[in-house]
Amino acid sequence: MINGLDQIFVTLKYWLVGQLANVLPASLLPLVSVLLSLVPILVVFPALFAITTVLERKGLGRIQNRYGPNRVGPFGFLQFAADGIKAIIKEDVVPRAADKVIHFLAPVVLVVPAFLVYSVLPVGRNMVAMDIDAGLLFFFAVGAASELAVFMAGWSSRNKYSLLGAMRAVAQMVSYEIPLILSTVTVVMIVGSLSTVDIVAKQSGYHAIGLPNWFVFTPWGFAGFILFLISANAEANRSPFDMPEGESEIIAGYFIEYSGFKFALFFLAEYLGLFAVSGLAITLFLGGWHAPLAALEFIPSWVWFFAKLLGLIGLFIWTRGTLPRLRVDQLMNFAWKFMLPMALINLLAAACWHLIGAGATRWIVCTLLVVGFYVLLGRGLMAGKKLAKRVYRYAN
Amino acid sequence: MGITFTIIAGLTIAAAVAAMTLRNLIHCALAVAVTFAGLAAAYLQLDAQFVGFAQILVYIGAVSILIVFAVLLTRGGEPSQEKVFSAASVTGIGVTLAVLGVLTWAITKSAVIQRDLPPQPEATVKQIGDALMTKYVLPLEVIGLLLTAALIGAVIIAMRDDVAADVRRRNKNSPGASVAENPPPHVGGYNN
Amino acid sequence: MTPLAGYLILSAFLFAIGLAGALTRRNAIIVLIGIELMLNAANLNFIAFWRFGEHPEALTGIMFVIFSIGVAAAEAAVGLALIIAIYRHYKTTNLDEVDSMKG
Repeated sequence: MINGLDQIFVTLKYWLVGQLANVLPASLLPLVSVLLSLVPILVVFPALFAITTVLERKGLGRIQNRYGPNRVGPFGFLQFAADGIKAIIKEDVVPRAADKVIHFLAPVVLVVPAFLVYSVLPVGRNMVAMDIDAGLLFFFAVGAASELAVFMAGWSSRNKYSLLGAMRAVAQMVSYEIPLILSTVTVVMIVGSLSTVDIVAKQSGYHAIGLPNWFVFTPWGFAGFILFLISANAEANRSPFDMPEGESEIIAGYFIEYSGFKFALFFLAEYLGLFAVSGLAITLFLGGWHAPLAALEFIPSWVWFFAKLLGLIGLFIWTRGTLPRLRVDQLMNFAWKFMLPMALINLLAAACWHLIGAGATRWIVCTLLVVGFYVLLGRGLMAGKKLAKRVYRYAN
Repeated sequence: MGITFTIIAGLTIAAAVAAMTLRNLIHCALAVAVTFAGLAAAYLQLDAQFVGFAQILVYIGAVSILIVFAVLLTRGGEPSQEKVFSAASVTGIGVTLAVLGVLTWAITKSAVIQRDLPPQPEATVKQIGDALMTKYVLPLEVIGLLLTAALIGAVIIAMRDDVAADVRRRNKNSPGASVAENPPPHVGGYNN
Repeated sequence: MTPLAGYLILSAFLFAIGLAGALTRRNAIIVLIGIELMLNAANLNFIAFWRFGEHPEALTGIMFVIFSIGVAAAEAAVGLALIIAIYRHYKTTNLDEVDSMKG
């Protein structure tokens, strides 16, 4: 029965395919099977987006010592419905000098890769839409294709602010892609496969002290997880890396000239991208759909995946509310001078972990390597700056 | 063969023609990105998964953006009013038609095209990795060297003259000075 | 038309279109795009012959294309840097006007 609940969606899909096999010709069945795998993705993740917008606004509000939206529905939880209706019925304003075709295509080209990447994320046991051999490469390839859409949006509006925002956004995304991919290369090295299903399978089982076999509980995995989360934050243009779309700096950056439904599509694409990289972080470092303790394995696998996803979303909302925004040059310096060397050292640490056999030595060596270089790099980069305690001057 | 190949081929050729004939340079760059996507679809159709995804990652994710940045940095954003094709275009078109004629003649006359589709080969990423580390390790190291040289070369070629002079002066005066103590002057964005 | 002939003719057409663009357009960046198109057409040729060939397990076609993609990306980067440097000097990317040897 426990296994039944875990596999309930899989059995439901096979039952539906069996029912439709009596009705439809056999040549259409593979297509139907694929569609049945995709429709849940198209339903669940936009629903999660709707819930997250409300949660984020209420969470940010509480961090900033105010209520979030609390008018629409019980405790404001129907705010997403109000936002959706507003976005759909708002007038779609296109600037006269804008490049109409590209202006129209940019949100579409942004949303399609955002949905495509979900097909390789294993949401539960046996629940992945596409089990391809090079799943991780597919994820990063399709993610990289969305950068062109950002540029299309910024350039087609014929607006200096939006072009500036688009250039900054593209530069930021290209810079942070390298630490993102390097921190996943450590996992690929240890697992020996690019397939997401294999990566999750390698993290099953538990250590002697009851700690699960997840990669985040290893020195290189922990450093890699932190690097991955920071790069994911920057890739999704979220605070503290949201200079390209900071509302007080450049007034929404590359989507200034978009209104109504197209703006809603940009918003959707940004949050879907956030969920996708969180899902990938869970797959790579947090053990995917595995339970953290052996005693809790009766809870279905997809519940664990979504619980971890909600936890990571909460973490992103928390960082957004707490940390101030980074300036563009600070952001680029951080990526190239700190994150990239740390990711390379992490690669070295993972290699040492694999080559030194199991035992206490590898824990000590890898931890020393990661922590030592972190301290050295931090000291080195701060050497030239004159940092002092902040002095306030008040007008008299 | 069938309908997928026809759609992919039609899309790729239409996008390539658009890329070579449009007046607006940014439209050309975006059309060539569509061509790359069509080619990636063709690679996936031919069961070369790794190459298809690498094509998307490298060409659409990096080379297209590089082209677009170059167009913007050379003020190509506004379409110029002068003629699009150079004076020597007639000879160029003639040469192209000759090349196309020779290639198509060679293809249709060859015996190799009569082959049937062999069974699907097994080109897993693991096998590609094994081959890269055993049989092709020398080209792998050489291409690493080549990419490093291209990276450094591109940065030096495109460096502004005043920034280059500043770097040279700084290296002459104090070869051991760290970058943190002498920060380079603020390099402007795309306004040159 | 057999499948292999289809892919080879597609590759030939792409090569011809890239060649036409590289030979006739005035703007240096479009010439570079034409060169990239020609490289891509050759890559398609390699993959088509790998798929339809006798020994696909030797992975020769795939290896060649992987290295070709890497080299093409490096060449595009250096070529575009050159174009930017030329633009800075001549204030134009029109190849017909960049016609003197003296700097």
